[in-house]
Amino acid sequence: MTQQVLTKKDFASDQTVRWCPGCGDYGILTAVQKTMPELGVAKEDVVFVSGIGCSSRFPYYMNTYGFHTIHGRAPAIASGLKIMRPELSVWLITGDGDALSIGGNHLIHILRRNLDINILLFNNEIYGLTKGQYSPTSAKGTVAKSTPDGSIDTPFSALRLALGAGGTFLARTFDKDMKHMEKIVKAAHTHKGASFVEVLQNCVIFNDEVFEPIVGKEHRHDTMIFVEHGQKMLFGENNSKGLKLNRGTFEIVSAVDNPDQVAVYNANDPHFLQTFEAVGGKNGIPVPFGVLYQENRSTYEDDLQAQVEAAIAKKGRGDLRKLLHAAETWEVR
Amino acid sequence: MADTTSNKPLEKIHGATVRFTGDSGDGMQLVGAQFTHVTGLAGNDVMTFPDFPAEIRAPQGTIAGVSGFQVHFGDHHIYTPGDKVDVLVAMNPAALKANLKDLREGGVLLVNSDELDEKNLTKVDYKSNPLDDEALKQKYRLIAAPITESTRRALAESGLTTKEIDRCKNFFALGLTYWMFSRDLEKTKKWLEVQFAKKPHLAKANIQVLEAGYHFAETAELFDIAYEITKAKFEPGIYRNITGNSALALGLVAASDLAGLPALYAGYPITPASDILHELSKYKNYNIKTFQTEDEIAACCAALGASYGGTLGITASSGPGIVLKSEAINLAVMTELPLVVIDVQRAGPSTGMPTKNEQTDLLMALYGRNGESPVPVVAACSPADCFDAAIEATRIALKFMTPVFLLSDAYIANSSEPWRIPEVENLPEIETNKVQPGESREGYKVYGRAADTLARRWPVPGTPGFEHRIGGIEKDENGNINYDPENHDKMVKLRQAKIDKIADFIPELEAYPTNKGGLLVLGWGSTYGALREATLRVRNQGYDVSHAHLKYLNPFPKNIEKVLRSFDKVLIVELNLGQLALLIRGKYLVPAYTYNKVRGRPFAIDEMEQVIIDTLKK
Repeated sequence: MTQQVLTKKDFASDQTVRWCPGCGDYGILTAVQKTMPELGVAKEDVVFVSGIGCSSRFPYYMNTYGFHTIHGRAPAIASGLKIMRPELSVWLITGDGDALSIGGNHLIHILRRNLDINILLFNNEIYGLTKGQYSPTSAKGTVAKSTPDGSIDTPFSALRLALGAGGTFLARTFDKDMKHMEKIVKAAHTHKGASFVEVLQNCVIFNDEVFEPIVGKEHRHDTMIFVEHGQKMLFGENNSKGLKLNRGTFEIVSAVDNPDQVAVYNANDPHFLQTFEAVGGKNGIPVPFGVLYQENRSTYEDDLQAQVEAAIAKKGRGDLRKLLHAAETWEVR
Repeated sequence: MADTTSNKPLEKIHGATVRFTGDSGDGMQLVGAQFTHVTGLAGNDVMTFPDFPAEIRAPQGTIAGVSGFQVHFGDHHIYTPGDKVDVLVAMNPAALKANLKDLREGGVLLVNSDELDEKNLTKVDYKSNPLDDEALKQKYRLIAAPITESTRRALAESGLTTKEIDRCKNFFALGLTYWMFSRDLEKTKKWLEVQFAKKPHLAKANIQVLEAGYHFAETAELFDIAYEITKAKFEPGIYRNITGNSALALGLVAASDLAGLPALYAGYPITPASDILHELSKYKNYNIKTFQTEDEIAACCAALGASYGGTLGITASSGPGIVLKSEAINLAVMTELPLVVIDVQRAGPSTGMPTKNEQTDLLMALYGRNGESPVPVVAACSPADCFDAAIEATRIALKFMTPVFLLSDAYIANSSEPWRIPEVENLPEIETNKVQPGESREGYKVYGRAADTLARRWPVPGTPGFEHRIGGIEKDENGNINYDPENHDKMVKLRQAKIDKIADFIPELEAYPTNKGGLLVLGWGSTYGALREATLRVRNQGYDVSHAHLKYLNPFPKNIEKVLRSFDKVLIVELNLGQLALLIRGKYLVPAYTYNKVRGRPFAIDEMEQVIIDTLKK
């Protein structure tokens, strides 16, 4: 089974995909199905776990093991699975409502514990399946079904939250760029630990073109920046612009005139992501895409297994009979 | 140890109930446990009940901070931790005030007289020293022992600080009771040596104080009598004392072993279930992993994730935590995955009284979820029975691919009794429905079912060829999403029928001592001991009464209706407002009498005796 060369088709289930025509989820599905055969993991060892929401229908379309669970709880379910079956490749599909609102608690804890699970968060800044209410990532003032006068709560950045929670792999990609998505999905798989990928995803029905100011084709060279660890932060037409570090924030410089002033992106330094999430998308500073933060830290399941092995080394493999008698006993004849 | 050097009279008795009470920092639980231990080793049957405040350290000397540990022991079968107390040990005025009402008339009242100073008396509103009260001396056998001073004197040369010395005074009290019941000091001395292996000076100090207490009782004229209790008759075997929570932990390890499956125990700290997590976390070399999650929801979800992965998922909590688990339990119902959910019930609603007991979660276990959501329910009836209940809950979960509720409560969780340790080879085997690697997928349906159990197969990730999707959305037999009305009706009924099928695989209900007659006393859970003993006592008075105790509350045993109809009257006794009664009346239209109390405390035998007699006379 594992020796057979698999293709995208092997990872597509026989179920009709039922997202709205034009939904950004189609692109993500294609990118994931295309990437899967390249990961070198046997199909039976791949599990997709999801919560509730449009994104969470994803496992039904993957011809792997799949578990469509309950709203917000996928990280907890996936954690139990991964702890007991660390050899499996576990993928978690979630959305901005699922992961950041009802499931916020589970999300921060899976990141903190650093289980080796790949989390793809489809962020469309809206509740789609419940037909259009604002979400925790909707911009303040969003007019939606439940906020006819505009939302009044401040959205948060999924990536900053994930960083604060101790995430060890934080990345952003978007539904319109297959190549970039595939690259990030692969990098997420390669990273040992919890990989958190925010995918900016367009909801054609309830929040169409919400990301156009960032990802619109005509201007994206100015509004997006693709960063890479160890590479200069360049953007703009023909990479003519660069970002310079200045007093803890970014300043736009001409990469043509002052190439030396352009800072090199350091994905191991959390300040880059922090700064981007604070100033990106404002005053001409672009929004970053790519692997934005990465660190190596042992995983929960490995540390737990190490404790198990240490216990076995110290006490020997458990013997039920001995355990039942491990107290002061007396015999009645 | 019947001390031969003593010339005080030794009275033979059949049993006694001793309650140790003091401030929550006085070490009453510790000496209570030691007393129990030594009593078990001496061959008496014994049952205990700790009663401690929810606050870790309530203000010293106040009623709120009183901690108690009750031990009932004897030369016969002991069913409960005892009603009225024969010997009350009170380490301070608060303990005296809070517990005196439970001491039987003529009982021994052993008070630490050193603590009855004005400051302590004022804290609990004693206007004068209660020990000066002539009525009190008339009513009880008062022994006012200077425990604090005697402890200090015994350790004057020890080099310990006064604070350290005062922490030993519980062992002085223990020494007094050991003399009173002719107990051997050696076991406790050994225990102290092990316990304080790294601080031998503390072991020595406590041993010195224990002996001082013993000799004080022997020589002081305060104590005029010691008791001797002959050994109880036990079935041959090896015994140990065990609490309900420990028995659950061991039962779960055994169940995972019997099923040949690694287990994940996921839990969130909550009284009175946390001890199961504490205990299991020590057994990492037993193929069982523990996971302290971020909340109750996650605990149930993680356990379900473990089950999805082909291992045994277990979670436990108490009422306030169980309510949070209902969505994940329902997902287990819908996806038909095995899951063991333990509810160590406590007094509610909401936070209620965390350390007190009740049987108020039965209907929640049965019906506390959205949709038609049948879940089998098993209830443990005593501390030792928790071991069997854990194995039984696991067996049902794996055989029928379903979440199973195991109900315990704060009373059996913390109480202890002697347990005959079973032979491992006599424990039941536990089967699973796992798809084995190499099996052909031909004919496989995600919700295909075995004819006898209606259980579906359990194909787990990593099994080639069985890739499939499950989830909380209604599915058809093939595992595909299906909103067809006929399909939903069929699946809802199939899920129910599967749970009903369990009745074919559990023992029938047996009333004791006879299966028909005048009055049937019906109970479930931790009321077992009080109901059984009370029934036998009333029967000995010539009444026609039997007792049946339900271990399976969903489904009920197949013959339950027949048993109910074989009696003229049925009395259902519960520590709730009639939850089992509602089920029995609703299902079988049996006009049952009920007796219900929710005081956060177990039923007393005397009280049950009266209730049974009253019902017989109705």
